[in-house]
Amino acid sequence: MAATAEGMSAAGAPAARSRSYLQSDEAKGYSLISAPFLYALAMLGLPVVVVVAHSFWTQTYLTVDRTLTLENYRQAIFEPIYQDLLFRSLWISFTVSVLTVALAYPVAYFISFHGGRHKNLWLFVITVPFWTSYLLRVMAWKVVLGYNGVLNSALMGTGITAEPSTAFLYNSTAVMITLTHAWVAFAILPIFVSLEKVDRTLVEAATDLGDGPIRSFLRVTLPLSLPGVIAALLIVMIPTVGDYVTPKMVGGTDGVMIANAIQAQFGRAMNKPLGAALSVTTMIAVCLMAGGTVLALRAAVRAFR
Amino acid sequence: MSAARRLAANWLPAYAALFVLFLYLPVLLLPIFSLNSSASPRFPLTGFTLKWYAGLPKTPALLDAAWNSLVVGVSAAVLATVLGICAARALTRYRFRGQRAMQGLIMAPLVMPEIIVAVSILIIVLALGMPLTLFTVTLGHVLVCLPYSISVLISGFEGFDRSLEEASADLGETSFGTFRRVTLPMMAPAIISSLLVGFTISLDDFMMAFFLGGNDVTLPVYIWGQLRFAARLPGVLALGTLLLVASIVLLTIAELLRRRAQERTQTTGGLLA
Repeated sequence: MAATAEGMSAAGAPAARSRSYLQSDEAKGYSLISAPFLYALAMLGLPVVVVVAHSFWTQTYLTVDRTLTLENYRQAIFEPIYQDLLFRSLWISFTVSVLTVALAYPVAYFISFHGGRHKNLWLFVITVPFWTSYLLRVMAWKVVLGYNGVLNSALMGTGITAEPSTAFLYNSTAVMITLTHAWVAFAILPIFVSLEKVDRTLVEAATDLGDGPIRSFLRVTLPLSLPGVIAALLIVMIPTVGDYVTPKMVGGTDGVMIANAIQAQFGRAMNKPLGAALSVTTMIAVCLMAGGTVLALRAAVRAFR
Repeated sequence: MSAARRLAANWLPAYAALFVLFLYLPVLLLPIFSLNSSASPRFPLTGFTLKWYAGLPKTPALLDAAWNSLVVGVSAAVLATVLGICAARALTRYRFRGQRAMQGLIMAPLVMPEIIVAVSILIIVLALGMPLTLFTVTLGHVLVCLPYSISVLISGFEGFDRSLEEASADLGETSFGTFRRVTLPMMAPAIISSLLVGFTISLDDFMMAFFLGGNDVTLPVYIWGQLRFAARLPGVLALGTLLLVASIVLLTIAELLRRRAQERTQTTGGLLA
């Protein structure tokens, strides 16, 4: 109300307009947001532009040649090694995001529909592991899956196997298990938020009109919580595609991902332009995959209805 | 139908309990094996010992790394919270054009692969000829902490009763005076909560510290270096346990404060940080 009153007085007296603009909500909003926005612009917006620029340049030892070229992209997209790494990374991040959402949905549903007074406590208990060091959680899985690890000693101790197995560690399955464990708690939050917004009377209406619990879930609750499912898929899929620590620690040669190749270009290989091209390619590829998944999911839910 | 409903009612809590177990079990192995006398982490346990913990303070490199982590964590948390207060207040209190786009850019690190954020900052730091030090690590950490800071602060700022500020202004306070004497005290729990969350994220972050740290090593980077040596694993487990406990204590305090902030501003919704 104060804003409209200010706007009207400004329109009435043009001379006072500039001064009253400075006191308008918009000006105050801009002045407050400018510091964090400029920080994000300087530390993220600008660097991303520089990375894109680098991806069209070439580097020999320490000198960067700024003639525009698509050579880096040719390598990033068509060299078999980078192609393999990219497809494997996309496959791993896709599997992990689908798994996390499938595992997280029932828990989010339970907390939202049956959590009662302890909703906050449940959410806190479930999100705490997510906030503890990622490096430590990956290390814990290495301890679980290793040759001399917990799983092997448990299997031998109970007499299920006679020899320790090397099958658990250093492959892409180990990477997927570790990543799923790392992200599943985070996926609960958006699903929970959208389930909280589901109007309970709609579910009751569906039941009153003769839908069983499964049909009313598929036709009412699931479609209404779709935004949360999509958000959860995206916040898992996009970051995991560029994971560096997990493949390095539990992936072995079979579980190497694109981030390890990107890191190598900035480290030993000293080829920043190729590293930049790999980064840009990965980002575009994962966004395309995420977009495709969202469309497919929407279509599937519409078909169920 | 009642049978199906009963099944659903029993199936879900059991699943939720298993889920929590799955989340915590691997993490609980760290403290268990850090207290175990055998040097290799495997069952059966061989005996209780504190020797791995006793060895920690005798490692100068570790103490340096801990100090570095403390310096970076405090600076990053303070900077991210100051920027976060501005952003959260702008986003909850005012409406302006381009708001969503600006918010999108600030929150973007939340949904980007961390390696790409790290590499982008690295390229620009190298292009500017800046040395890789704790300062560059802090710059990266502020960027990563900011979105979390803002979420925590927004949940504290939302539903804040504006009439209190208006009353203060009507009674003759300047806008800065109102902020200092009315808004800030109301927001104190949310602000402290944001500081703690920021510090925890910085303390646990590996990627930024790894890429932007140069020769300055923080605790996660130190741990990373130690992992190559199997013999040092028990010491790493002990150190990891301490970090784990520190993170959980800080986060619990942060959560309690955030809830108090929410109660003060009397929001009923907005359960999430």
